[in-house]
Order: sequence, then structure tokens, then C-alpha cells
Amino acid sequence: MSALATALAAETSTSTGEAVQFWVLGPLAVAGGLGTVLMRRAVHSALCLAGTMVILAMFYLANGAYFLGMVQIVVYTGAVMMLFLFVLMLVGVSATDSLKETLKGQRWLAAGCGLGLGILLIAGIGQASVGSFTGLAQANADGNVQGLASLLFTRYVVAFEVTGVLLTIAAVGATLLTHRERIERTKSQREQAAERVRGDHVPPLPAPGVYARHNAVDLPGLLPDGTPAELTMIETLRGRGQIREVHRQSVADVAALEARAAGYHGQTYMATAPKPRSVTALETTGRPDESGAVTDPRDAGPGTTGTTGSTGTTGTEDAEEARQ
Amino acid sequence: MNPENYLFLAALLFTLGASGVLLRRNAIVVFMCVELMLNASNLALVTFSRMHGNLDGQIMAFFVMVVAAAEVVVGLAVIVTVYRSRHSASVDDASLMKL
Repeated sequence: MSALATALAAETSTSTGEAVQFWVLGPLAVAGGLGTVLMRRAVHSALCLAGTMVILAMFYLANGAYFLGMVQIVVYTGAVMMLFLFVLMLVGVSATDSLKETLKGQRWLAAGCGLGLGILLIAGIGQASVGSFTGLAQANADGNVQGLASLLFTRYVVAFEVTGVLLTIAAVGATLLTHRERIERTKSQREQAAERVRGDHVPPLPAPGVYARHNAVDLPGLLPDGTPAELTMIETLRGRGQIREVHRQSVADVAALEARAAGYHGQTYMATAPKPRSVTALETTGRPDESGAVTDPRDAGPGTTGTTGSTGTTGTEDAEEARQ
Repeated sequence: MNPENYLFLAALLFTLGASGVLLRRNAIVVFMCVELMLNASNLALVTFSRMHGNLDGQIMAFFVMVVAAAEVVVGLAVIVTVYRSRHSASVDDASLMKL
């Protein structure tokens, strides 16, 4: 089709083939543009834009700009749109636009402004219309790429080199913007081994917070009594100050859930209900006779499970230590 | 068909891109609409090149493409940085300098 277009480019009107191409692909390009603006999901917008760009590449080829048509496909749909999709996946695909209007009536105003701009542009082009055109047959006689190169390296050579500087600066700037310093020294294998075997904590570390509504490494896991567990936090995130607080509301929710579960399991579970251990120790030191009887799981009967029994025994051991 | 029709198409696509920049909140979609505007202007430049019978318009379009590539790289890096610090890619959320 493009070869046909160049063969007839010297004439005053384009070929029928090109007209057919225009009237088939033009509405598709407009539909792609509309999709880019109106699709709620950003990925759909990106795909619509990629389609529009491919169609524009076809139009470049039909207009005798063979080099630009190829560059459009390789650079725009190949590289730029892939970059867009990468960033979309990085930022979160599921994010949709909010419907809340920050400025009242902004949406209608913007649509009106767009309509006005469109009418102005199209009316202006219609006013400035000329009947004939020259065509690129003469300019493309030695080949499109050769013609572009002879212009680019003579008349536009300064602009070309400045563009090279611009690209270098853009690459450096993007690296600078997204770079992050390493905040801790890399541990050697020997240090890691020593830490694993000789440290205080031999078994694997507990997992960070995984909740029914949330699953993220920047939230600490909770102990049975609802306090955040220090061991579950990641050192790097803590150093960057990116550990998020578990909200007091959710801690209270966990406590309420525990209380309800304890109520469901009955009185025996209530006796060894998860209290902070230090509090029980304080109580036993204050009133050794009464609270010792309360925290002792062996008084609660044989119905206690293994885990509650074990916590209960540690509690009594603490109490005994406190008495000595 | 006269090649002017390409200019009308370019104007239409430019208008769509401009409306998208005004309408959308997601920074990445706003950026894609800017790309649509740049592409529309490129189509107009290529058509001008054909109507005048010399290649200067195509050179212009080439430079627009290069600048657009640089702009995409820096702009997306800015979006990623803003997303890291605020956990949002909405252009409405970055309003700290508002009175």
C-alpha cells in the first residue's frame, strides 16, 4: 500500500487505495484515542494507545515517511509502551480512577474546553485549506532514509547533537531518581552462618503480618496478646523507616476476637487467657496466695490444651522466680 | 482524497489527548494522553512534509520522537518516585503546596 502511495504521490490527489486505508484506519485511530481517554483501567488505556500508535505508523508509511513509520513501531509501540506497562505493573494494575471530584464541575468544564479546542483547530485547518499538494516523489527520489540523513547531518547537525546530550541527561536523571542507597553492609557468608547458629534465635524467624484483610511485609506480626512482635520486622525496612504501624483499631479487634474465642471455649480457657506475662508476675509478687491460685493451670482442670498449659507453666515459673 | 484529511485526524487526536489530560486523575494515564498529543502533532508534521514536498517536517517529527522518549523516561521515573513516597499515583493526592 505504501509503495502505491509513493508512486502516485506527485499527483494532486491521493490514490483510491490510500483513501480506503484512511477511511478504514482513521475511525479506528479515533476509537483508540477515545479508549485511551475513557477506559477506566489504566492497562486498557495503554492497549488502546498502542493500537492508535500502530495505526499512526501506517499513516506515516502512507505519507512517504518510511523511516518514521518504522521508528514509530519500534520506539513507540515497542519501547515506550512497554515502559508504560512496566510502570503500570509496578504501581499497581488494579488502581482505577476515583470518582470523587476535587474541583466542583471540573469534569464538565474540561470536556467543554476539549470540545472548544477541537472545533477551533478543525475550523482553522478548514479555513487554511489549499487544493493541491506537492508530494514527496522528488524528495524521496534517492530514498527516504538517505534524504533524512543528508538533512540531519548538515542543516540540523547542532540540534542532533544537542538531542544526544538530552538523551544522556534523561538517562542519568532517571537513574538518579529511582536509585536507592544500600542502608546496611552486605553480610558475608561466615557472618550469616554464625548469626544463624550462635545467635539467640536458632529456628527460622516468624513471618511478618499476614492478616485476613492485609498481607504485607511492612506490617509487623502480632503476638497473641495483640502487641507487635519485634522479631517479625525486617531490618532493611526498619532502617528506611518504612515499617507501618498496626493500627490501634486492629489491635483492639484482635483483642476482642480473642476475648470472644475465650468466651466460646468456656471458663477453663478464660483462666489462662493471654495476659502479658509481666503483669501476672507483678500480681503474684503483690498477692502471692490468691493470684498464684488463679494463674495455675493445674487448678483449672484437665480440659486445658497443650499450648495453654505450656504458657501457664511459664507463668507459674515466673511467679516462683519472683517469690525467690 | 486530499492529504488535508490527515490534518483533521491529527487535530481530532490532539483534542482527545488534551481532554484526557484534563479529565483523568491517574498520573500514568495523563502521561499516555500527553503521548497521544505528541503523536498527533507528529502526524501533522509528516503530512506538512508531504504537502510541501520537502523532508524538513519529517526531521521535526523525528526530533519530537526523541524528545518524547526522553520525556517518558524522566516522567515515569518521577511517577515511580512519587508512588514510593505517597503510595498513590493520583495527581489529586500531591497537593502539599496548595493553600
